[in-house]
Amino acid sequence: MLKLNTVARFIVVAACLVATQSVAIGASEIQLQEANIDPENIASLQRGARNFMNYCSGCHSAQYVRYKTIGKYLELSEDQLIDNLMFNAANTFETINVAMPADSAERWFGKTPPDLSLRARAKGADYIYSFLKGFYVDPNSPTGVDNIVLSGTSMPHILWELQGFQAAIYSENIVDSVTSLEFEGFEQVTAGSMNAEEYDDFVRDTVNFLAYITEPIRSERRRLGVWVLMFLLFFLIIATMLKKQIWKDVS
Amino acid sequence: MARIEAEVGTPKGGLLRWIDDRFPLSETMRYHITEYYASKNFNFWYVFGVLAMVVLVIQVVSGIFLTMNYKPSAAEAFASVEYIMRDVEMGWLIRYMHSTGASFFFIVVYLHMFRAMLYGSYKKPRELIWIIGMLIFFVLMAEGFAGYLLPWGQMSYWGAQVIISLFGAIPVIGDALVEYIRGDYSISDITLNRFFALHIIVLPLALIGLVFVHIVALHEVGSNNPDGVEIKEHKGPNGIPLDGVAFHPYHTSKDLVAIIIFLMFFSAVIFFAPEMGGYFLEHANFEPANMLATPEHIAPVWYFTPFYAVLRAVPDKLWGAILMGGAVLLPMFLPWLDRSRVNSIRYRGWLYKVALTLFTVSFVALGWLGMQPADRVFVLAARIFSVIYFAFFLLMPYYTSIDKTKPVPERVVYRA
Repeated sequence: MLKLNTVARFIVVAACLVATQSVAIGASEIQLQEANIDPENIASLQRGARNFMNYCSGCHSAQYVRYKTIGKYLELSEDQLIDNLMFNAANTFETINVAMPADSAERWFGKTPPDLSLRARAKGADYIYSFLKGFYVDPNSPTGVDNIVLSGTSMPHILWELQGFQAAIYSENIVDSVTSLEFEGFEQVTAGSMNAEEYDDFVRDTVNFLAYITEPIRSERRRLGVWVLMFLLFFLIIATMLKKQIWKDVS
Repeated sequence: MARIEAEVGTPKGGLLRWIDDRFPLSETMRYHITEYYASKNFNFWYVFGVLAMVVLVIQVVSGIFLTMNYKPSAAEAFASVEYIMRDVEMGWLIRYMHSTGASFFFIVVYLHMFRAMLYGSYKKPRELIWIIGMLIFFVLMAEGFAGYLLPWGQMSYWGAQVIISLFGAIPVIGDALVEYIRGDYSISDITLNRFFALHIIVLPLALIGLVFVHIVALHEVGSNNPDGVEIKEHKGPNGIPLDGVAFHPYHTSKDLVAIIIFLMFFSAVIFFAPEMGGYFLEHANFEPANMLATPEHIAPVWYFTPFYAVLRAVPDKLWGAILMGGAVLLPMFLPWLDRSRVNSIRYRGWLYKVALTLFTVSFVALGWLGMQPADRVFVLAARIFSVIYFAFFLLMPYYTSIDKTKPVPERVVYRA
């Protein structure tokens, strides 16, 4: 009994070591690509909303985001929302929920797909941009692909029709008889319906939308902030004059 | 001064008279506001006391409004914060005021404490004001810590997990104590509920009480000044200190300017950088707490990192916790560690100036190191700066007594 326990413990420790090593390789060597999103570009956000509803919302919810809120900022009417974006919601006050039951999702993917309401705020827009561009062919993976940004991801390459498939190219480095693999770049294996530039734009719009839904009031707060600072500046001038007046007899 | 008193005057009879016969309203106003005399040569460093009061009010008021929509339960807390951010009218403003206010509270309080170290404000007869101030600081740290758990994000959860587990280092009772604090075998709904109780009633009540006592003690002995001389030693024939001006309208009008400038900085953060690059609102806290997924890198919020760096600099958990506690507690003994004959840095010798500079550099460096991953170089640097931090206090009786001081003027230096 004791012996078995020790062996089991050893295996767990060894597995942890291997796991942390691969994570370390993935995290330290991959440079994230800059998403260069423009939160003020309404057209880009509208395309992003379309992309999100068509490709992401089948599995990912955005449970804190209401259609109504999106419509207001993206300049979409109620009818436009209902006709183009709302696939499983009855009224615009609803939030973006996913039809797939969570326990089925976990059975199919091994993990419930995360809610995307705040994902871009937690991980950064660059992370998601690089992630969506980072799928490469890996025959050992159950989904046929792995991701350079998040090694071992359970997410399949759902945008393969658009991007096609790419392979990761590594170069071998031998330092002190230890071989390490260094990621060089991607090589297109099969073509998708979009060329590289079109796909970048597609992903950029989508990430722009994902960043927008993390904080829908962002542009409102910046607009209000200008007024607040202007008011305070005006108030500051008056307060300074008052102070000067009161202090003028102090010597 | 006399001009303004003549203009305003004291009303006779009426409602005020009726109240004054039953409650010392006018007397209190005079004692604490219109006839409280503080030195006329206050500089930049003297605004942080009143600014701390402003932030306290901001935190209490925004906190009350947050409580109206926040749900203190593990299942609902994270979602209720997002509800406030998205669906409550102006809820985002209230929430950003509160989260930014927490960081500004510590900025202001750290600068307020630094002022005391610059001008020897903790020295006789103001030792008790300093001790009460330190108690306020301890309560504030507890308040910040309890509040940080409430959004129930990943950093809320794991930060609390790390800090609470420190109590486990205490021999014999450690594990039981940790369980007692959490109220559970891990941080859970129960912990969240009790932290909520601490954050919204117990600690604020203590904070407001201590601030009241802090000000009463201050008004008893009078404010220090950048020259560290006693203005009460030179009074005019009317019994008013020659170098003092009334708190109202003189210092209030000056403070108003400071408050507006402060609010401009405060608003700039709220409206244009509420996350402050991940320092005021950590990125990982936008993911809901998950007890099964430890983040790769757990760092407390910036205002705790100087002490956290001390903790990590020590290889032993118990000694790390003891030294961290020591780093927080030591400043309390400043009134007795400082043997200098003069109060203000203006008249101190080069030894204290060097010591204070080294201390300031160490404190900031430790703050930065506390946010970095615990790499070997960083830990080594944290050890060096921790030694300087402790040496500043422990060697103080020696270097302040041999330091060559300059002659102190009889009265404050003031140029209108």
